[in-house]
Amino acid sequence: MSAALFEYTLRLGDDALIDGQRLSEWCGHGPFLEEDVGVANTALDLIGRARLLLAYAGTVEGKGRGEDDLAYTRDEREWRNVLITELPRGDFAFTTVRQFLLDAFNRQLYERLCLSLDATLAGIAGRAVKESEYHLRHTGEWVLRLGDGTRESNRRAQRALDDLWPYTAELFESDPVQEQMEAQGIAPATASLRAAWLHTVEPPLRSAQLMIPGNTWPQTGGRQGMHSEHMGFLLAEMQFVQRAYPGQAW
Amino acid sequence: MPDDYRRTLIRQISQHAHSEVVGQLPEGNWITRAPTLRRKAILLAKVQDEAGHGLYLYSAAETLGASREEMLDQLLSGKAKYASIFNYATLSWADVGAIGWLVDGAAIVNQISLCRTSYGPYARAMVRICKEESFHQRQGYEIMMTLARGSKEQRAMAQDALNRWWWPTLMMFGPHDAESYHSQQSMHWKIKRQSNDELRQKFVNQTVPQADFLGLAIPDPELEWNEERGHYHFGEIDWEEFSRVIAGKGPMSRDRLEARRRAHEEGGWVREAALAYAEKQGTRAAA
Repeated sequence: MSAALFEYTLRLGDDALIDGQRLSEWCGHGPFLEEDVGVANTALDLIGRARLLLAYAGTVEGKGRGEDDLAYTRDEREWRNVLITELPRGDFAFTTVRQFLLDAFNRQLYERLCLSLDATLAGIAGRAVKESEYHLRHTGEWVLRLGDGTRESNRRAQRALDDLWPYTAELFESDPVQEQMEAQGIAPATASLRAAWLHTVEPPLRSAQLMIPGNTWPQTGGRQGMHSEHMGFLLAEMQFVQRAYPGQAW
Repeated sequence: MPDDYRRTLIRQISQHAHSEVVGQLPEGNWITRAPTLRRKAILLAKVQDEAGHGLYLYSAAETLGASREEMLDQLLSGKAKYASIFNYATLSWADVGAIGWLVDGAAIVNQISLCRTSYGPYARAMVRICKEESFHQRQGYEIMMTLARGSKEQRAMAQDALNRWWWPTLMMFGPHDAESYHSQQSMHWKIKRQSNDELRQKFVNQTVPQADFLGLAIPDPELEWNEERGHYHFGEIDWEEFSRVIAGKGPMSRDRLEARRRAHEEGGWVREAALAYAEKQGTRAAA
């Protein structure tokens, strides 16, 4: 097995799952019915994506772990998602701005991953890029409505952007795993990804009258399993049934 | 269209829509805790379908001149009713199975009958809703089957869920025909095509063999096959509990309404922003 490929695939899968888990908390609690359907739809895509990626990570690892073993029996330090995905859902502005930043990232990432020399990842990316394109259209429209809506909505969206921006640096971090994947033509280069991402998010944020905060320092650690204090609670909730009744079929 | 017919339809369709919307909550309670990723995805899709059903039904009621705001106000103020079954709590994962199997199963019996209701937009919404409900029912039964074939703890969990959901599910069909206030007029107008007791009996007849197949016991000592009638005989519903829950005094009544109110209130600034933005766009387009 390739340890780096396992690690890389796990990162992608964990990002999708934890993002989907947070979004799914909105189901039944959205600001209106159409949005209940919309948010659940995105969450569903992300969980579907996580299933494919985690199943593949298990195959690459070759120790017989499946998607559910990886999702339900790893403890906090073994999770590889970026911190931005695990932050509590906050208000609708926080959720929307976070999702917008992540959708723009995923849109760029999966477009490039379609060309990955790893055929399985390229195949998953082919589906993911279409989904993220659509998610981005949805959250992009909402960023405009919130940023350029009322004073209150602008204030909330700006606060969300200020809070979230420092976490975006982690999306473009490089380390030996990333470098090895790039060298093998499996993962796209993070530097070009960041430029493309900025190019995607800046114009809508500007149109929405939202300012990208300066002078921030990057908040990172997720890729090394150094999570926020929110992560343990998320896992406690998500893994409860499997932990309480180990080794059973559901 | 006669006013009374219109009013009756608006009442029934909007109650039905409210039930779908409030109905998201008990199962939604388990989305973040679903025991496998496959179950999580299915449950999320199912709850999303319910929001979708709410949307079709509000739209069907809108064709009769009721506005969504009006209907929503009635729900949030506690004036409008919704299916009482959703005022019970989901306490274990097996409840998600039991709701799909029993509650959606009962809903299908009701709604298949409504596919022939006299008002076209309602009947057509029902056709689509029934297709999705039958998927929901199957996924619920599949959860129950997995639990019934699982460990001792899982079987106990499944039996406990059946014990708690059985009677409230029978209550979903409403009072006995003789005591059903709206039934006769609705039957006359062909809004309602089969009586409460007929539908309840149909549900019991089809569900008992399903419980047998699971190896679970229906919590009714009087339940037995009546050869002469060609139906299962079953015990009397606790009508006091029925009235209490209908009156908004169910175990989760307060929480359900509170959750809907909170979502609505917390979404207020979002709806205002969307309107303000749309107005600005309109002004900009005109300029």
